[in-house]
Amino acid sequence: MTSLPTETTGKKLGLVIDLDTCVGCHACVVNCKEWNTGGYGAPLGDEDAYGADPVGSWLNRIHTFEVTPDNAPAQIVHFPKSCLHCEDAPCVTVCPTGASYKRGEDGIVLVDESMCIGCGLCAWACPYGAREMDPVENIMKKCTLCVDRIYNENIPEVDRVPACVRTCPAQARHFGDLGDPESDVSKLVAERGGMDLMPEQGTRPVNKYLPPRPKTHSNTPLSKQAAPADKASGGFLGWLDSALEKL
Amino acid sequence: MGVHDRDLDRSPHVSDEIRKTTCYMCACRCGINVHIRKGEDGQPKVRYIEGNRDHPVNRGVLCAKGSAGIMQHYSPARLMKPMKRVGPRGKGEFQEIEWEEALSLATEWLGEIRSTDPRKLAFFTGRDQSQSMTGWWAQQFGTPNFAAHGGFCSVNMAAGGIYTFGGAFWEFGSPDWSKSELFMIFGVAEDHDSNPIKLGLAEMKRRGKKIVGVNPVRTGYNAIADEWVGITPGTDGLFILSLIHELLKMGKVDLDYLLRYTNAPWLVIDNPGGADHGLIARDKDGNILVADRKTMKAKKASDKKVKPALKGECKFARGKVARPVFELLANKYLSDEFSPENVTERTGVPADQIRRLANEIAEAAFEKEIVIEQPWTDVKGEKHDKMIGRPVSFHAMRGISAHSNGFQTCRALHLLQILVGSIDCPGGFRFKPPYPRPVHAQPKPHGGSVANTPLAGPPLGMPRGPEDLLFQEDGVTPQRIDRAYSWDAPLSAHGMMHMVISNAHARDPYPVDVLFMYMANMSWNSSMNSRGVMQMLEARDEDGEYVIPKIIYADAYNSEMVAYADLVLPDTTYLERHDCISLLDRPICEPDVMADSIRWPVVDPATQADGRDVRGFQSVLLDLGARLGLPGMTNEDGSAKYADYADYMANHERKPGVGPLAGWRGNGDSHGRGAPNPRQIDAYIENGGFFEAHIPENARYFKHANQHWQDWAVEMGLQDGPVENVFNLYSEAMRKFQLCAEGKAEPQPPESHRQRIIDAFDPLPVWYPTFEGTQISEEEYPYNALTQRPAAMYHSWGSQNAWLRQIHGSNPMYVPSNICDAEGLEDGDWALVSSYHGEIRVQVKRMKAVNANTMWTWNAIGKRSGAWNLDPDAPEAKKGFLLNHLINELLPPKGDGMRWSNSDPVTGQAAWFDLKVKIRKAPDQEGPTAPQFESQKKSRTAPVNVEYGKEWTK
Repeated sequence: MTSLPTETTGKKLGLVIDLDTCVGCHACVVNCKEWNTGGYGAPLGDEDAYGADPVGSWLNRIHTFEVTPDNAPAQIVHFPKSCLHCEDAPCVTVCPTGASYKRGEDGIVLVDESMCIGCGLCAWACPYGAREMDPVENIMKKCTLCVDRIYNENIPEVDRVPACVRTCPAQARHFGDLGDPESDVSKLVAERGGMDLMPEQGTRPVNKYLPPRPKTHSNTPLSKQAAPADKASGGFLGWLDSALEKL
Repeated sequence: MGVHDRDLDRSPHVSDEIRKTTCYMCACRCGINVHIRKGEDGQPKVRYIEGNRDHPVNRGVLCAKGSAGIMQHYSPARLMKPMKRVGPRGKGEFQEIEWEEALSLATEWLGEIRSTDPRKLAFFTGRDQSQSMTGWWAQQFGTPNFAAHGGFCSVNMAAGGIYTFGGAFWEFGSPDWSKSELFMIFGVAEDHDSNPIKLGLAEMKRRGKKIVGVNPVRTGYNAIADEWVGITPGTDGLFILSLIHELLKMGKVDLDYLLRYTNAPWLVIDNPGGADHGLIARDKDGNILVADRKTMKAKKASDKKVKPALKGECKFARGKVARPVFELLANKYLSDEFSPENVTERTGVPADQIRRLANEIAEAAFEKEIVIEQPWTDVKGEKHDKMIGRPVSFHAMRGISAHSNGFQTCRALHLLQILVGSIDCPGGFRFKPPYPRPVHAQPKPHGGSVANTPLAGPPLGMPRGPEDLLFQEDGVTPQRIDRAYSWDAPLSAHGMMHMVISNAHARDPYPVDVLFMYMANMSWNSSMNSRGVMQMLEARDEDGEYVIPKIIYADAYNSEMVAYADLVLPDTTYLERHDCISLLDRPICEPDVMADSIRWPVVDPATQADGRDVRGFQSVLLDLGARLGLPGMTNEDGSAKYADYADYMANHERKPGVGPLAGWRGNGDSHGRGAPNPRQIDAYIENGGFFEAHIPENARYFKHANQHWQDWAVEMGLQDGPVENVFNLYSEAMRKFQLCAEGKAEPQPPESHRQRIIDAFDPLPVWYPTFEGTQISEEEYPYNALTQRPAAMYHSWGSQNAWLRQIHGSNPMYVPSNICDAEGLEDGDWALVSSYHGEIRVQVKRMKAVNANTMWTWNAIGKRSGAWNLDPDAPEAKKGFLLNHLINELLPPKGDGMRWSNSDPVTGQAAWFDLKVKIRKAPDQEGPTAPQFESQKKSRTAPVNVEYGKEWTK
């Protein structure tokens, strides 16, 4: 069993994902894969890549749901999901070798691949299904929050954010320190009522989701009908005279 | 702090070099930073591709397709060498040959045609991004038979816009995202401006502004829209005209704007039965006339002192009478025919929702008016101290245009924008340079093919009226193989690529000798009736010769179309090539920025695989041009004028001082105009692959009437003098076609076409039911079926991509739950979907967030077994399917036996989305999807596993 860090800086790096803006385009999913397959740890392999049953490992996936709210027509919600870097991360405490660990410095949950035996217990313990066993290398892969980008002095400062955040065309993904109530991401969470995913699991995820804002439905009544143009003035063309006068 | 974490390299090496070029993973043309890193073999490899933050299109972001570029670039489906067919067509049996043999053969085939009858070459270039060059090549060759894929994509959108207000959506304009109060988006494919639209939607959301999605399917952009209008396909025009009905009723139209910028006050001759009925009244010198509001006397429209009437009768000498356009318009759309209650059943949109949306449009436009304190001067010399905006904007693409009523629907949408005064104003729709560019500033189409002679002008263009149609000497038979610019489709400004193979096979209007295509998967997803097209390509005549004698095809990958080629010219990937995204073509400008860009070989193909021997198609075309001795491509001594496409990009001049690229001309210090600069491409590379020039503040809005814009556009080489642009609420050009059909003017269409021209060429936007819907039994085929492009896949290209195919490896038919209940269908069931033309077997997925009469699937996921070098049992082949098998390029026979093209009667745009179907549970509940085809032979064996980047990981 592995311990969570006893000493921390209080810094909790994570993602804030806006479900009101995510169009489910998979940009984050693929950009994550292309960054990470040549980056931290083993590549993200693809088994039977051109075959009948291609299976690859991904650190981030989009799940698409159809939901039917009360008294409203069905709608689609796109739900991107990757490791939530939980404060009480069950994937860490379950790890028999100490490969899975949570950093005290910034709260990122990582797998030390040199110690991973590919037993898969962590994936089983994660209630979110956020870890994937690489089908080719048989090593556990998970979101690193692009730990090889966010401090990397070989790339411009503005780019020192996770690849998924940098690439998101709908700008639905935000990165920052959720341990600092004054950070932009913390303010966004406060403003928009950011939520934990499955709080009942007691994992205290760092990542937050911003809920979709309320929709207008086809049966929403009209608040103010503009007056018809043709009332007092003898039909539309009569209105036209008075309107042209005013120009 | 006392925090001790395990050691970690915080700054690992990323790449050896960043090379900035332009993406080609779809049609958006975003700027990309390609990280190059040395691979295990010592050769440069692509480590990572990200968006270029400085680029005007994507401003740093990159979509799923762009992010999967590595897998496209290293795809095992890449072609490696020229190939000559050795087996029968369609099998995929080839022999690799050297370039010299390939080019000699092509030169022999093409040279024979050019010296006898250049029309016998049909040259069609699919998803080509170099049409100003390929079209010029066709012109120099002397064949009118050239087009790219616009005719089966979105020509209605482009032509509807240009004929109405001298602009269009996407490449020619964009919503004013930072100022709009309300935004409405109709049927948009994800590959059309996808990153800019997502950035724009995000900006609207940040600003808390409302987004309305009008689409039968509530996915993608419609999933995040604040309001969804789940419209019935093909009825958008009716919905829009109902919005117009309501706006007129409320008097919510911008009369000042209409008087200044549109033909609303122009007088239309009212002379039923006369040859001038419906034409614009002009004086004897040809000046357009309006009526003075007080006296109703005719005055010149150009007279600044006149206050023109918008209603009433103007009497001329000899009893002639005319009325202002606006009166005709108001009377037409105020008719009860367009009341919300009367359109609700057909459109599937509740009347109250239509009424509320009309009110919201009016409120945004007139109660949230935007004022920018920016003085400007209009083209009439009037000075304005501010810019007033009507902040409501719209965007639309194939969803409204891929119907047989699409042209008029697009016009209706633009009419709506113009009536509320929201074209090129703050908060509305904004032109992108070089637009506005109305019809009279566009080229005309050119025919008149003669042996060994170039055409007098470009093959494609915008007809001004019936006089610009292209007929053979008999005055009826089309000049073009696709029958563009004939009575079948008079305003077919992008050609009709979807008719080429069918017509060439039927030898109607004449046979062709060589079919030369580029990047167009015509034997599969880019054709209607895919099986039929495959058979036409395989068809032999009584002598056993192929009916279409010779097929040359250029592609980078082993697509379905490769199998049908006699000669295959292997193209490079987008990271190995030169390209110019030119202002002469479909540029990448944004409303505030004139821009163009290049691609350049960020990696050398020879280093990217053993034995890789490919050439960029445009360089090959220039080589062929020189071998054929085409003017413009050959020096006086007969040698090639251009070494390759890069040479052409820098040194070709379309007119003195204006060439394919606008930036760094002359000595590198002049932009827009200037002598060719041999160092121009280096300058682009140094600047990140693109050029941009910012439009002056006083020229940013009202470009259709802004003197500062006109001056700047001339200075930058976008136009050579002032261009008048009066918005055509009423299209006199269309009325001229009607007059021909009514027998009042020449040339006249054959009897068979008259009524169709009269119905479709209404000079004011109209709605009529889509043709397929009216020509088959709606009782038998009660449902609509259509496709959407997924955000993570661009037409057929994506399936060879090891990453993208894991996202969209197969496609179910999404069927509304009410239809499932009626037909006893559950998730995963196999069902038979049929149209009047064919039947397919598909797997069903229930869905509720969709129009109740409309089923849909993802576009172009289904593959022919073995194509793209995928496993013959790949899910794309066994569980994926094409809807194309249900769609015919011809409509069902009419009573007289005549079969019309399944296209818009105005522009010839392929009417993909008119499809009507029925569905039933398949008697046997087993796959695979049907139809299935014999496997295409692979050109190479693909690896089993991929572990990209392993060489760089520890």
